[in-house]
Amino acid sequence: MVAAVLVAFAGALGAPWVYRGLGNWAGWGLALLPLGLTLYFASFLPAVLAGQTLRHGVPWVPSLGVSLSFYLDGLSLLFALLITGIGTFIVIYSGGYLKGHPDLGRFYLVILLFMASMLGLVLADNIVTLFVMWELTSLTSYLLIGFNHTEFRSRRAATQALIVTAGGGLALLAGLILLAGMGGSWEISELLAKGEVLRAHPWYLGALVLVLLGAFTKSAQFPFHFWLPNAMEAPTPVSAYLHSATMVKAGVYLLARLQPALGGTEVWNSTLMAFGLATLLTGATLTFRHTDLKRLLAYSTVAALGALVFAIGMVPLTSYYGAVGFATFLLAHSLYKGGLFMAAGAVDHEAGTRNIGQLSGLFRAMPITGVAVVLAALSLAGLPPVLGFLGKEVLYSAALEAARPWMIGLAVLGFAVGATLALILTVPFFRGRPPEGVHEGPPSLWLGPVVLAGLGLLVGLFPGLYNPLADAVASAVKGHPVEYHLKLWHGLNLPLLLSLLTVFLGVGLYFLYPRLQDWMAREPVPGPESAYVGLMRGLMRFSSGLERLLQSGSLRAYLVWTFSGLVVLVGLALLRGNGLFWPQLPLGPHPGQAVLLVLMLLAALAALRLRAHLAMVVVVGIVGAGVAIIFLLQNAPDLAITQFLVETLTAVLIALVLLQIRRIGAVPRGRFLDKLVALGFGGVLTLLMLSMLAQPMSPHLSQFFAEKSLPEGFGRNIVNVILVDFRGLDTFGEITVVGLAGLGVYALLQRLRREEKP
Amino acid sequence: MNTLILRTTSSFLFTLLLLLSVFLLFRGHNEPGGGFIGALVAVGAYALYALAHGLSAARRLLPLHPLRLVGWGLLVALLSALVAFLLGKPLMTGVWFSLLGVKVGTPVIFDIGVYLTVFGALLSAIFGLEESAKAHRSEEG
Repeated sequence: MVAAVLVAFAGALGAPWVYRGLGNWAGWGLALLPLGLTLYFASFLPAVLAGQTLRHGVPWVPSLGVSLSFYLDGLSLLFALLITGIGTFIVIYSGGYLKGHPDLGRFYLVILLFMASMLGLVLADNIVTLFVMWELTSLTSYLLIGFNHTEFRSRRAATQALIVTAGGGLALLAGLILLAGMGGSWEISELLAKGEVLRAHPWYLGALVLVLLGAFTKSAQFPFHFWLPNAMEAPTPVSAYLHSATMVKAGVYLLARLQPALGGTEVWNSTLMAFGLATLLTGATLTFRHTDLKRLLAYSTVAALGALVFAIGMVPLTSYYGAVGFATFLLAHSLYKGGLFMAAGAVDHEAGTRNIGQLSGLFRAMPITGVAVVLAALSLAGLPPVLGFLGKEVLYSAALEAARPWMIGLAVLGFAVGATLALILTVPFFRGRPPEGVHEGPPSLWLGPVVLAGLGLLVGLFPGLYNPLADAVASAVKGHPVEYHLKLWHGLNLPLLLSLLTVFLGVGLYFLYPRLQDWMAREPVPGPESAYVGLMRGLMRFSSGLERLLQSGSLRAYLVWTFSGLVVLVGLALLRGNGLFWPQLPLGPHPGQAVLLVLMLLAALAALRLRAHLAMVVVVGIVGAGVAIIFLLQNAPDLAITQFLVETLTAVLIALVLLQIRRIGAVPRGRFLDKLVALGFGGVLTLLMLSMLAQPMSPHLSQFFAEKSLPEGFGRNIVNVILVDFRGLDTFGEITVVGLAGLGVYALLQRLRREEKP
Repeated sequence: MNTLILRTTSSFLFTLLLLLSVFLLFRGHNEPGGGFIGALVAVGAYALYALAHGLSAARRLLPLHPLRLVGWGLLVALLSALVAFLLGKPLMTGVWFSLLGVKVGTPVIFDIGVYLTVFGALLSAIFGLEESAKAHRSEEG
């Protein structure tokens, strides 16, 4: 398993070269990677269906308890199969949909990276691995939403999605760390066995809220749902893959995964049911506001995600309906929504518009896509004999067992909108005549929708095909083995009546659709998105105010801020220190040092009186040279050489700058504030030196370096051996800083040059 | 600075200082010196030449852009650190081997990385000054 995930990452990194080699056929070629992974994971089916769980890992950062460990049970296997299986068709589809796009190589790279991260996420057993993969999916999603990065709207949508999901990710990180602390393990499989300890722990509520924040933002639950419809700015393969079939289900996955450990408490059940239901209704209501195919589908995805969270909330309250309903509806939704999105993209690609009002007669023009849309829409509407019907039936059974009547009513209303949407989507295929020149797309564009929608029909007709896996998934979510018999016909019972009611309601709403749409377009209600916009605007205003204050462009202001900041911070630290030490001047064997010190003092005083820049540079240089000579006299030749060189180069650099500026007057007289800051800075540094000398000096380290330098570092120059060997990592950090500073100076000067040129 | 003495001697001093800088780099492991000091001397050589002949002339003495040296330096340092890691030891452990009878170790290679980075970064700053000043002049003239 570890190897499979690593292969997925490696394959993704190689994608641009495959694209360069295969060109237009790269989609088909690259699809072999997810296809191979699908087959690989399918090979685990017998073992997992027999009730086994597989665990495999290699140490990553063993000292921190972080390992690259993966865990395969029914739940992760279903997700792995969905990710790789749908991924196969998505890659093929991308080749047709984005054919000839200049950045297609990059696209393959990122979408396959996403696939690998998502795979890692659902397989991860270690909490840190899970979190790293979770963040990787957020990052790749950001890159994919912003794929058309020249469009402002894509950039804005990408940033919004990233801020919402990554913000939730931070909460999740805190929540997961709390969980690990509560359960005493970094492995999820071990935490699952400690459910009672976790639920009774005083941190339970805090950890739960944090985990829920992570899951709700990722899975677009109310009130964080707004980023998902905006993410439709992404190319359609991305919307089909990330923002309907897989990534947005990561939060749902996490909740289902942790259900046996955290679920069953009153807070869990009611929070999940309430937010799930609220999301279902929000998605359903907002569907009526739009006419764009992808936006319509996006709101229906929001609704479906709400239904899934609602189902997880019902798991502890039901014998098995909740868990089985979750397992069935999850598969049904991934299949029909992935298919519908790809079909919508194909229609957009061929007909040139996604506006539902401008499409007509498509069935005659695009019969294959048409069949796929009809099948997927049946599933969306929850009509027999497709999988969506089964999923909805079991969910209704669960709701009848666990939920209050008013909740059931709201759920029926939410699902009814699914039926309405199914009608909205299929009518343009049969109404009117096909537009001129619109015809079926290439196989790459219809293969995915046909296979996904066909699978929905196949499993609907023969539920036995999915039944064992559904049981395995339900067992993982429930926490103990579950057996249930999925079938199309349960006799005339209450769930069936609710289904009938749903369909009638849905059809009724369809006839109200035009009027509702007018009404909703006229009355825009401020939603949670305006809170987000307000927050971002406030943040921008704050930071631009701060920038005006700190980054004024005046060198004097920068120095004043830097130095006075240092004075305050170091001064505060000194106040809490261990007192000062008045040093014995180590004049020792070189009485000449006293003369040197007097000279340096005189030079420093002279610097205060002088009015010519170059002369000031020279006298300050005298102070530096004096320090270097003291180093030399104290037997520190390396320091002395460095000090000399730095002094020389500083003088040269300042001289060069002065030569370039040319028109420069005399040094202005110091202002009062400047004098104050300078005095404070000098004073604080002096105090700092004195308090450092007051610390007891341990000879331990210098002895260690002196003894080990030659035998272990093979060098007689201790200073150098420390720099390049014993403390090499520090040096590496330092040269990185030096390099970046050089880059910064150069870039700044280039920028000046550009700004000066009109 | 158009003094005849500086102009004449600086060409010789430039070569000598560069040689000295390389010498300092390699002797640094046993005697005072090292990559950082060596790089400062090398920058000093260029600065001296620039003072005598102008920055553009100094710039022509370096065949590639100094920013590239920053990249190469960091890369060399990183690779030298990785050698031990690839051999299964902790990152940055010194690995010593003999090359044509000369004792070579990853710390020495690391020091070469330090040399290149410091040299490149400081020289970028100096040359950057020259470029912005040139733009200034062409605008005025």
